[in-house]
Amino acid sequence: MVLRMTGIRKRFPGVVALDDVDFRLLPGEVHALMGENGAGKSTLIKVLTGVYGVDAGEIELAGEPVSFTGPAAAQRAGVSTVYQEVNLCPNLSIAENILLGREPRRFGRIRWAPMRRRAEELLARLDLELDVSAPLSAQSIAVQQLVAIARALDVDARVLVLDEPTSSLDSHEVDRLLAVMRTLRDEGMAILFVTHFIDQVFAISDRMTVLRNGKLVGEYETAEITPVELVTRMIGKELATLDELEQVRPERTVREELLRAEEVGRAGGIEPFSLGIQRGEVVGLAGLLGSGRTELARLLFGADHADQGTIRVDDKPVSLRTPRAAIARGIAFCSENRKTEGLVEDLTVRENIALAVQASRGWTKPLSRKRQEEIAESSIKALDIRPANPEAKVGELSGGNQQKVLLARWLITEPRLLILDEPTRGIDIGAKTEIQKLVTRLAAEGMAVVFISAELEEVLRLSDRVLVLRDRQVVAQLDNDALTPEQIMATIADGGAE
Amino acid sequence: MIKHRLFWPTAALIVLLLGNFIAHPAFFSVELREGHLYGSLIDILRFGAPLIMVALGMTLVIATGGIDLSVGSVVAISGAIACLHLSGLENQDSLGGTAGAVGIALGLSIVLGACNGVLVSVLNIQPIIATLILMVAGRGLAQLITDGQIITVNSSPYQAIGGGFVLTLPVSILIAVAVFVLASLLVRKSALGMLLEAVGGNPEASRLAGVRSRRLIWLTYVVCGLCAGIAGLMISSNVSSADGNNAGLWIELDAILAVVIGGTALTGGRFSFAGTVIGALLIQTLSTTVYTLGIPPQTTLLFKAVVVMAVCLVQSPAFRRKLVRRRKPKPVTRARQDEKVEVSA
Ligand SMILES: Nc1ncnc2c1ncn2[C@@H]1O[C@H](COP(=O)(O)OP(=O)(O)OP(=O)(O)O)[C@@H](O)[C@H]1O
Ligand SMILES: [Mg+2]
Repeated sequence: MVLRMTGIRKRFPGVVALDDVDFRLLPGEVHALMGENGAGKSTLIKVLTGVYGVDAGEIELAGEPVSFTGPAAAQRAGVSTVYQEVNLCPNLSIAENILLGREPRRFGRIRWAPMRRRAEELLARLDLELDVSAPLSAQSIAVQQLVAIARALDVDARVLVLDEPTSSLDSHEVDRLLAVMRTLRDEGMAILFVTHFIDQVFAISDRMTVLRNGKLVGEYETAEITPVELVTRMIGKELATLDELEQVRPERTVREELLRAEEVGRAGGIEPFSLGIQRGEVVGLAGLLGSGRTELARLLFGADHADQGTIRVDDKPVSLRTPRAAIARGIAFCSENRKTEGLVEDLTVRENIALAVQASRGWTKPLSRKRQEEIAESSIKALDIRPANPEAKVGELSGGNQQKVLLARWLITEPRLLILDEPTRGIDIGAKTEIQKLVTRLAAEGMAVVFISAELEEVLRLSDRVLVLRDRQVVAQLDNDALTPEQIMATIADGGAE
Repeated sequence: MIKHRLFWPTAALIVLLLGNFIAHPAFFSVELREGHLYGSLIDILRFGAPLIMVALGMTLVIATGGIDLSVGSVVAISGAIACLHLSGLENQDSLGGTAGAVGIALGLSIVLGACNGVLVSVLNIQPIIATLILMVAGRGLAQLITDGQIITVNSSPYQAIGGGFVLTLPVSILIAVAVFVLASLLVRKSALGMLLEAVGGNPEASRLAGVRSRRLIWLTYVVCGLCAGIAGLMISSNVSSADGNNAGLWIELDAILAVVIGGTALTGGRFSFAGTVIGALLIQTLSTTVYTLGIPPQTTLLFKAVVVMAVCLVQSPAFRRKLVRRRKPKPVTRARQDEKVEVSA
């Protein structure tokens, strides 16, 4: 046994994150750690790698009791970790991020050429070709995630820990990552893998451990459990199925155009595109990594400004030079990058939820404390944010719950056009269904939605129409009558030629 | 209670005051002489008032993730221009003339703050560089105003700002209290506090949430300039003169320290005016302690530095955890085992 954790207990003020949890990891296995948002998965990992101390319990690595002082010490002992919230240096280049602290040197000076080559090799392992001297901050969250993985892969490790590494990856990158994981496993490495994608768990894992509310539910052989059983153990009851969603999608009767973009584009961001969005319509954006989905969304929101083209809202030309201008027109944009572009971690759940509404009212018209609390509490209830405490610091919430807070912020602005960039990133399977239902319901009530997700199935399930992007260009607009992921992939492959 | 963010600075202040009391039992005595309160505590408040003013303004700037190094120069300019105006008056004791001098000084301070704000928020210059410009140039400007001399004035209304008494209390204390209360109300009753903390905590997220961060940041520099201007008036009026060279020298550093001791992080985000006031009082008490304990002047700065370092250390959760870990024998042996693993790895 390469790793054994016994009787782990970890308390935070007001929450018992881990309560007497046992965990075992064998060499040469992929072990999935499963549980709902806030179940304690990331905390278990942070306890293992010394980010947090334990309140009780023992950790043994290869039979020796250990207590790491921090991730660096854990790494030296052979535990290499990719944390859920990608923790890299945005100002440094991709190559520097991958090899930080292990730069090839001669006489103390960094040798840049071998460093770039090494970084390129590591990325090639994930089938990724990038300019490794570009700064990391310019990259999408998916690329950042891949860079973090590449960094973890470079270390000679006995244990590889991956906390939701696939949350923003497309199926292609996921396949590559799973292939790399298989190779490493066959070389004898022990891999601890956290994800909310049940299909990935069954595709890759050998065994799994399920947590619920900080308690151990059990340890199972993947071959001996079904997806339905697994989910039931995770949430403690049977999951309502998604089937009803299909029927929920209503026929839209009124066709009223809310926004029209004519030849809008931005050099280096996205080629000029034209697009009309109607009230009550869900427009999905599909494309591969780097195809320009986020870039397109940011232009519609004024997060970047377009250097050509016109946007009309309600058939009147508007200038969306700033997010503020877009918000004033009833547009909302929920960024894929909750850590750097979304939440203010130091502020409370209540303040984070109220932020956009308060900002549009201006500082002289404060929302009363009572009103903020009402808003926060109803959002907490609607999205099942845990812990259900409006005064909790957002930075202390689990990843999935942070995502819900960000969603809540934009939902309460009651926008007319809601742009969702990976809104279900890191959200557990139960809550994901709820959010998908919510999107459908909002659209039925007349809200226009632009929906971006790396998960094609999700895009197809929700969208009335799908824009297919490739190489920063809109190559096709398809009406979604029974579109299949294969059709989309084919459209991407031939660049919308037909 | 230990968790409360004002616990450690308050504790440090109390310890320092008690230390003074033990050294000089008369330290806590306050007496009423000719209708005015006198005593060491009153002196601390009175001489601390300018620092409190500057530090309050600095708190706002730091909350947005910025910093203002120019406050010392603004202090000097404000005092200089007021005294210059007064010295040119026929009747220096006229209320109107004094009001004019105060108005000009504060107006100029606001303009200087606004310039800083434009450099930072519109031109996106790093705050430390942007305000360094005025820090250096401002000293020169102050000396230009005073023509390199010390301007002395003889105006009793002006002198009252820093040296007068109302209802037995020094006016400067009353001004500082009034500004503190006003600023606290303004920030917490409006949405200003929350929006500033959002901008300081995550500027990009705030921009995408529609916060007008530029305008807010600009505003904090304006307020900071105004506060420094008021402090300049207090300092110059207290001695009825303006010294372009030395007025407000190094006050920016004390102010930044006061803010940090008060629990506002230099990285921006959460801020606390109350913490800042406690921090400023701590620093002022320290200066007083140096005199009451008779510490030789050469070691004054060192003594101050040691105390400030101690306060900062006890405030750091990481440091406290280390201290506690040291005490518990078990984790130490475990740390050793940890190292063994590292070697074998
Ligand atoms: N630093 C912290 N301070 C206080 N509470 C915390 C902290 N970190 C985690 N928690 C709490 O501990 C619990 C477990 O959180 P954890 O991040 O381990 O969940 P998770 O299983 O990783 O969830 P997710 O799937 O959403 O990532 C949550 O209730 C969370 O609010
Ligand atoms: Mg997590």
